[in-house]
Amino acid sequence: MKIKPDEMLKINTKPPKAHWMDVPPDFSEGKYLYPAKPKTLEYLHLPNPRDWSPADEDWKLPENWQKIIHDGFKERLDKYRSLKVFMDICVRCGACADKCHFYIGGGDPKNMPVLRAELLRSIYRNDFTIFGKLFGRLAGARKLTPQVIKEWFSYLYQCTECRRCSVFCPYGIDTAEITMMGRELLNLIGVNINWIKDPVSNCSRTGNHLGIQPQNFKEIIEFFCDDIEEITGVKINPSFNRKGAEVLFVTPSGDAFADPGTYTFMGYLMLFEHIGLDYTLSTYASEGGNFGLFTSSDMMKKLNAKMYHEAKRLGVKHIIGGECGHMWRVINQYMDTMNGPADFLEVPKSPITGTVFNSAASTKMIHIAEFTADLIRNNKLKLDPSRNDHLRVTWHDSCNTARAMGLLDEPRYVLNAVCNNVFEMPPSTTREYTFCCGSGSGTNTEEIMEQRLRGGLPRANAVKYVHDKYDVNMLGCVCAIDRAVLPPLMDYWVPGVAVTGLHELVGNALVMDGEIERTLNLRMEDLPGAEGDTDE
Amino acid sequence: MIVNILMSLVAVVVLGAIAFAGGSVPGLQMVFGIWIPYAAAVIFLLGFIWRIFKWAKSPVPFRIPTTCGQQKSLSWIKHNSIDNPTTTKGVILRMFFEIVTFRSLFRNTKSRVIGDRVSYEWEIWLWLAALAFHYSFLTVVIRHMRLFLEPVPACIGIIETLDSFFQVGLPVVFASGLVLLGAALYLFARRVLIPQVKYISMIADYFPLFLIIGIAGTGLYMRYFLRVDIHAIKQLTMGLVTLKATVPPANVSPMLYAHLFLVSALLIYFPFSKLMHMGGVFLSPTRNLANNSRIKRHINPWNPDLEFVTYEKYENEFREKMIEAGLPVEKES
Repeated sequence: MKIKPDEMLKINTKPPKAHWMDVPPDFSEGKYLYPAKPKTLEYLHLPNPRDWSPADEDWKLPENWQKIIHDGFKERLDKYRSLKVFMDICVRCGACADKCHFYIGGGDPKNMPVLRAELLRSIYRNDFTIFGKLFGRLAGARKLTPQVIKEWFSYLYQCTECRRCSVFCPYGIDTAEITMMGRELLNLIGVNINWIKDPVSNCSRTGNHLGIQPQNFKEIIEFFCDDIEEITGVKINPSFNRKGAEVLFVTPSGDAFADPGTYTFMGYLMLFEHIGLDYTLSTYASEGGNFGLFTSSDMMKKLNAKMYHEAKRLGVKHIIGGECGHMWRVINQYMDTMNGPADFLEVPKSPITGTVFNSAASTKMIHIAEFTADLIRNNKLKLDPSRNDHLRVTWHDSCNTARAMGLLDEPRYVLNAVCNNVFEMPPSTTREYTFCCGSGSGTNTEEIMEQRLRGGLPRANAVKYVHDKYDVNMLGCVCAIDRAVLPPLMDYWVPGVAVTGLHELVGNALVMDGEIERTLNLRMEDLPGAEGDTDE
Repeated sequence: MIVNILMSLVAVVVLGAIAFAGGSVPGLQMVFGIWIPYAAAVIFLLGFIWRIFKWAKSPVPFRIPTTCGQQKSLSWIKHNSIDNPTTTKGVILRMFFEIVTFRSLFRNTKSRVIGDRVSYEWEIWLWLAALAFHYSFLTVVIRHMRLFLEPVPACIGIIETLDSFFQVGLPVVFASGLVLLGAALYLFARRVLIPQVKYISMIADYFPLFLIIGIAGTGLYMRYFLRVDIHAIKQLTMGLVTLKATVPPANVSPMLYAHLFLVSALLIYFPFSKLMHMGGVFLSPTRNLANNSRIKRHINPWNPDLEFVTYEKYENEFREKMIEAGLPVEKES
């Protein structure tokens, strides 16, 4: 990144002189996401596939694009009370303004949630309200021009649907909801981004966002098992697509693909082996995440359908889901409604502790942190937290698990059982007040690195606080996107802090049956106190 | 953007002046004293109901509460049953605190970048002003019921006693009217003085504020300076409420017509404006739903039937590779 951190911290919060409707969006290089390739859209049967660039003057919109947007808007107003109410009741009190990480890190007034919503409201007023039709701009309405579409594209992808603003809004107006609707509308005219559409297309075909084919998926996991054997001496043979297993385990494919998510995957495998769980992995339902959520409710439903479909085919009793943020937004708030009822499954019951998870009585799917916390609570795991003693860990609540679920204390309970040095970030930045990594909702791509670093500033700055104060050197999280994007964020703002998933820490602390004396952690680094280490 | 302020101000002043002038003309007193208030009341009521129905007509396809606390999961983890409710009782409590105490606004913080630190401090003033504004408005409205009810219910007397708690001398000074004016002026000042809030403010934000400032101002002026004839006014208001309105008494001050007309304008404007947040807050799906969609299936009335890539299709595409890799398949070829 060319801009140095102290340069980036000089944030201009003064709004421009011109009315916001007259300020055009910036499409210079590095300020926009690359559009979806025509081939991808064709594969997904999505409208208006073409070669184009946001930097172009002409976006090659379909001929009747205004009508498509108008009709699409109307359809969504009739389908979603949320949209209708949120279009109408904002009083522009401004309480949301400095709650958005992009606004805090960038100062662009259109990143104040209220103004982001006004981008759509102005069209809503023009098309659907009496005052807007009568008084136009005086009533906050404006005509739908190509520049409006460009502005939507720019700012609806500078929102990561993290819902932090909705915690503070006196009416609970949720910008994520508005952004989701706006992105759906843009999709109707073929204005979408490659970083979301490619994974969606991959996921449709291979079962996961990264396009890992079945044989490769198996190879990757077997490779993890080789590493685990080298580290622990325990040979693990997980099963794939096995009918009659008790549990289907689904986790984001990011954990199979890149560090440090891979270590978290190894942690899952070790845990399940240790407790003797009768489970199987699926190469078909090999994705917990769901980039359909960032496209449209239809796409979300289609991608999510695989989980229940596969659980039914394999005849499992229930599903355990891995560490992921937006995956759990979908599972908690959408899955059962969209693809249920899961009446072919049973209410999840831990085969190890006998605990019945009534909190998942209908979805029949539990979060691995819930599952592991229950194991630890019932003393089913032998843990040696001192193996994590070289780590001073702080905990990042992922937006979706925090504000669209409330999974807050389960991971903390596990964390405190497997680590001796845990330090919380300031309360205004954790739990329901947690800050987004800055790269959520399908925007975790290189071309907009500045936007990501700016959006990640509030999170990184809170980490810096505990890094400076308590020498924190590890940032824990339960989100695969976090694990992918927090490392570069830390390198930029808080060098010296690494990133880990919860179950990597579990895997390190876990004392497995028949294991050799551990000298390496899951990253193949020497453990403190082990041979060759002179510190202790 | 200054133009938004000026236009709103001019609109309110013109409205007040028209009514003041009209109220001074005997022939027009019927219009401003009777017909317009009636029309306003009808438009307000029907408009309000129409808006609520319009919202209610759209379904709530998904259960999307914003969870602001620990979920209900394992029995030994303390569940936040209000900020992350799973039951109707929890939702009612959450809504109660939201609507009665403006709980979400109470959380308000102000963030600032100071040096290399992003800092957050509790910002209570907006919450305090909003609370003062709404509760003083409510008190004023309840006190005004004295003009529409005969005999006057005891509870109004009690509210008046509480409202005049800081009484010094005569006439009785009600805190609520002054607080209402003060809070409205604060909300206006804040809109103008905070650059970000000014940037987003529209006529739709200034106009109702000025209307309310106008209503409070004319009211206070009549009570403490003009010392208007309250019996004449009650004669008019009782006539209105008993649907026996006749020509208003001649000794009613024209200022009353200005006051009444601004109130009428507010009532007419209400259903078509952001003031509908009063009704809308009850319908906000991020607040009025329980986070229990893993416990009990939420039904989407328009849940579409969509084709997805089934396992069969998947296996058809990858069968050979799967067999080669030793993965189980449904069909061998």
